Amino acid sequence: MLTVVAIMVLGIALGYLIRKKKALVFINNKLVMWAIYLLLFLLGVAIGTNQVILNNLPTLGFNAFLISISTILGSVLVAWLGYLLWFKPKNNRE
Amino acid sequence: MKSSIIILLFFAAGVLAGFADFIPSILTENDYSQWALYLLMFLVGISIGADTASLKAIRSFNLKILLVPVFTILGTTLGTIILWFFVTDYSFQDLLSVGYGFGYYSLSSIFITEIRGEELGVVALLSNVMREIITLLLAPLFAIYLGKIAPICSGGATSMDTTLPIISKSSGNEYAIISLFHGIILTILVPFLVTLVLSGL
Repeated sequence: MLTVVAIMVLGIALGYLIRKKKALVFINNKLVMWAIYLLLFLLGVAIGTNQVILNNLPTLGFNAFLISISTILGSVLVAWLGYLLWFKPKNNRE
Repeated sequence: MKSSIIILLFFAAGVLAGFADFIPSILTENDYSQWALYLLMFLVGISIGADTASLKAIRSFNLKILLVPVFTILGTTLGTIILWFFVTDYSFQDLLSVGYGFGYYSLSSIFITEIRGEELGVVALLSNVMREIITLLLAPLFAIYLGKIAPICSGGATSMDTTLPIISKSSGNEYAIISLFHGIILTILVPFLVTLVLSGL
């Protein structure tokens, strides 16, 4: 998996070099969009042809919901603590 | 918002096409996905490196703002640890990799599908779409009861685009820049963190 990270860092470096060439940046952003469309279409195909996943979709959706709820709750609680400690405007400065 | 709908339409079209057996078998028999993933990473890297607006946003802030993405990562990890006690169907790594999508459902579900398979990929897609939707719905409440940073951390990577309008409305415009910065940092981190967690940290 080091490969993946190396490829991305290489991409960031190349992107930084071409950041002034607006046309190239524009084309690249379009390519990213279409690559994402294509890969999610293929993920859809893989799921549409997979009877096991289709049958389990309600369970998978419920588990997904549990993950969303717990990660959001964890995030907002830590955010609350951090807000009280470091971000909340002091009364005397208001 | 428009692009999120298009992305989900492509996904739905794929499900229908697959279900209706509409796809030539040459596409489903050969696995090009690894190469596609490498290419996508490279292209995403280029778009991050070339994004001068993000660079400017990152440069112009004091250190305190760096804390906000840390809150989100810590909180997401904490939430996952607690969930892990109750959900036994998945390994901790699997749960954490889904959580570390931070609402960036397109990229995270693609990565997780490639590394762990389609089943967890679907969970990642659904869970991260829900993170965005729940944030859109609850941001005003979070801002009132849990402080102005809470809606930002709830939104995760989406705090730079899809949930930014509701966040700046709920927390105030002065938090829009923090929200933008937070979303940019998490968006960059998603591919790294997801890969790191699943490759056996």
